[in-house]
Amino acid sequence: MANARGKSFLAKFGVHLAVLVFVIIWTIPTLGILVSSLRDKDQIIASGWWNAFSSSTQTEAGRLPSPETQVEKDGSFVIEGNIFGDGPARAVSAFGLRSAAPTQYPAGEAADLSDGVTLIINEDGSFVLTSPVAFEGTRGQRIYYASSAPPRFTTENYETVLFSEGIGRSFINSLTVTVPATIIPIMIAAFAAYALAWMRFPGRALIIATIIGLLVVPLQMALIPLLQLYNNVALFFGVPSKTYLGIWLAHTGFGLPFAIYLLRSYMAGLPKELMESARIDGASDFEIFLKIVLPLSFPVLASFAIFQFLWVWNDLLVAMVFLKTDASELVLTAKLNALLGSRGGDWEILTTSAFVTILVPLAVFFSLQRYFVRGLLAGSVKGG
Amino acid sequence: MADLTLRQIKKSYGAVNILHGIDLDIKSGEFIVFVGPSGCGKSTLLRTIAGLEEITSGELKIAGEIVNDVPPSKRGIAMVFQSYALYPHMTVYDNMAFGMKIAGESKSEIDRRVKQAAEILQLTKYLDRLPKAMSGGQRQRVAIGRAIVRNPKVFLFDEPLSNLDAALRVATRIEIAKLKESMPQTTMIYVTHDQVEAMTLADRIVVLKDGRVEQVGTPMELYHHPGNLFVAQFIGSPAMNIVPATIEKAGASTSISITGGLKADVPVATPADAAGTSISFGARPEDLCLATGDAVLFEGKVDYVEQLGEVQLVYLDIGRPDSPLVVKLPGNAPVKRGEVLKVDADPGTLHIFNAEGRSFAREAASAIAA
Repeated sequence: MANARGKSFLAKFGVHLAVLVFVIIWTIPTLGILVSSLRDKDQIIASGWWNAFSSSTQTEAGRLPSPETQVEKDGSFVIEGNIFGDGPARAVSAFGLRSAAPTQYPAGEAADLSDGVTLIINEDGSFVLTSPVAFEGTRGQRIYYASSAPPRFTTENYETVLFSEGIGRSFINSLTVTVPATIIPIMIAAFAAYALAWMRFPGRALIIATIIGLLVVPLQMALIPLLQLYNNVALFFGVPSKTYLGIWLAHTGFGLPFAIYLLRSYMAGLPKELMESARIDGASDFEIFLKIVLPLSFPVLASFAIFQFLWVWNDLLVAMVFLKTDASELVLTAKLNALLGSRGGDWEILTTSAFVTILVPLAVFFSLQRYFVRGLLAGSVKGG
Repeated sequence: MADLTLRQIKKSYGAVNILHGIDLDIKSGEFIVFVGPSGCGKSTLLRTIAGLEEITSGELKIAGEIVNDVPPSKRGIAMVFQSYALYPHMTVYDNMAFGMKIAGESKSEIDRRVKQAAEILQLTKYLDRLPKAMSGGQRQRVAIGRAIVRNPKVFLFDEPLSNLDAALRVATRIEIAKLKESMPQTTMIYVTHDQVEAMTLADRIVVLKDGRVEQVGTPMELYHHPGNLFVAQFIGSPAMNIVPATIEKAGASTSISITGGLKADVPVATPADAAGTSISFGARPEDLCLATGDAVLFEGKVDYVEQLGEVQLVYLDIGRPDSPLVVKLPGNAPVKRGEVLKVDADPGTLHIFNAEGRSFAREAASAIAA
């Protein structure tokens, strides 16, 4: 007995450990994207997101004010000021005069420029440039300095990607594709599933077998023939071939076999007596479907909706084939792909765009996930 | 309100025949119980009456009208299922109102009838509950309520008590009996494999076996005058003892010799030419008693005793190891294992069956029935 208990404790511990590991594996990158997307773009480059809450050190280049601002003091010519100007205060740890050695002198120490010219940059950014002779020219001295900045979080990145990078528009496009491409197959599949589960008609078994067969047809194989067919149909009716309607139909077609299969197995598992009872109560097939089967199938409808929504939302291939690539029809995945090429180094753009993209799947999953576990059937039959 | 007439009802699935031509007349207001072992076709028969199964051939009339092709909802029936078959997403009220809503009845009429049915079944305070919040017995009452609301001519019950525990089963059985009393005009057909339900509820019992009617009769007819060996053994618990025997003298009263040596006189008429034929001799365990005088029907060693308190079941070894003779004796009778017992019975309670298993008392039984 004790042995068995010890075993089950170990087993439980193992399960919990595994769950924890998976949670960490899945959560950390997401968290990384979220944190990065909220950081200042200069800080993203300077330090990793896990350092987001501590000050980051970055090396920058600057130019001191021009010689016109010099004042004569005690026989030397002096230019004074603060390298940060009126901006937020930062701490300077070191500075230099050549790009090859940007942190040659610690802050507060005097750097010897030659001809008796010295430069001191203090920690607070104030500087004193002293020379025995008057400065000449119109350009100020070039300097380099390492400064540490306090962590700065901002929503600027979101404003940028949503309103100037076109992610906002693509977000709308993605929704335009995904919502109908989720609802249409559910509506068709629910009817088909009921008929295939509960109505007797010749050829039913054949249709079910065909649907199971269609489950294994690879999408890539059907894509081009489908596009050709659709182009011809579009030509015949004189409408443009790449439209939202086209991609809705394509996603519906690709989603239907699985939808019908999933819904049919669920509906076939509903107690037969419910249908018979409803039939004795005088309900037609349509009424049974609408008033009994559909409400009871809500969990499976929800779980299929999650599947289909995520698959369409994350789809790139079908969207590339069936939609135009201009801003009016560019979906998020395609937009992300384009950004990777054009803004590949701008992490603040990429992480923010990525997080905008995963926001919707996360929301869909968390709002519908309870239907995965909840059984609506409790109480209908003995033991239920 | 409605007679049912079944004429040569046959049902087959492909090559498999489930019902082999059932003939039955059910009078309006009767409580009929279909009883039989598993797979005898009793549920199928009920479902063909309900219209849930199509009739392969034959004729089914409800209230004089052929309903072979009439959909279930138009037959004037209501059915209570073994699994209750309540709509799990609807409240008790909506469950009971569903059929009337489909039929497009007015709201006030629906409300009136649902409330009335709920009153009868003491469900009034549960009307807003979902089925999952109710106990098994309450759920079955809702199912019965749903049937009552339809105001049917024929009530069909498909093993309605099988899913209930023993105590609830008795209580609900009594409720159904009372329900029948309160609706004397409504015909009820009840399927069960439990012979206690059959005996207590039925006006007439239909015993089915392998898709054929074995016997139709009141509970007491079936008990006292079983038409054949199957009915004899199916009705009554423990089952009737059957032992092989030979007719010695046929006539108005028959003398037989039981295989094993002992003889008996059975007051049952047999045709004269039956003398010398082998027959089966039957005696119910509860009809056997300890022999007091010289008359002894069976003699054997006590093999095993099942003490039930009120009674005890004594298994006597009478030379047939596979089928001991079961005797039901009062619980206080002093019986010990290994002891040799002599048992006897009132000759009036004995049964004899011919080689085909038909009861010789059949004529008498039908005479009593008429």
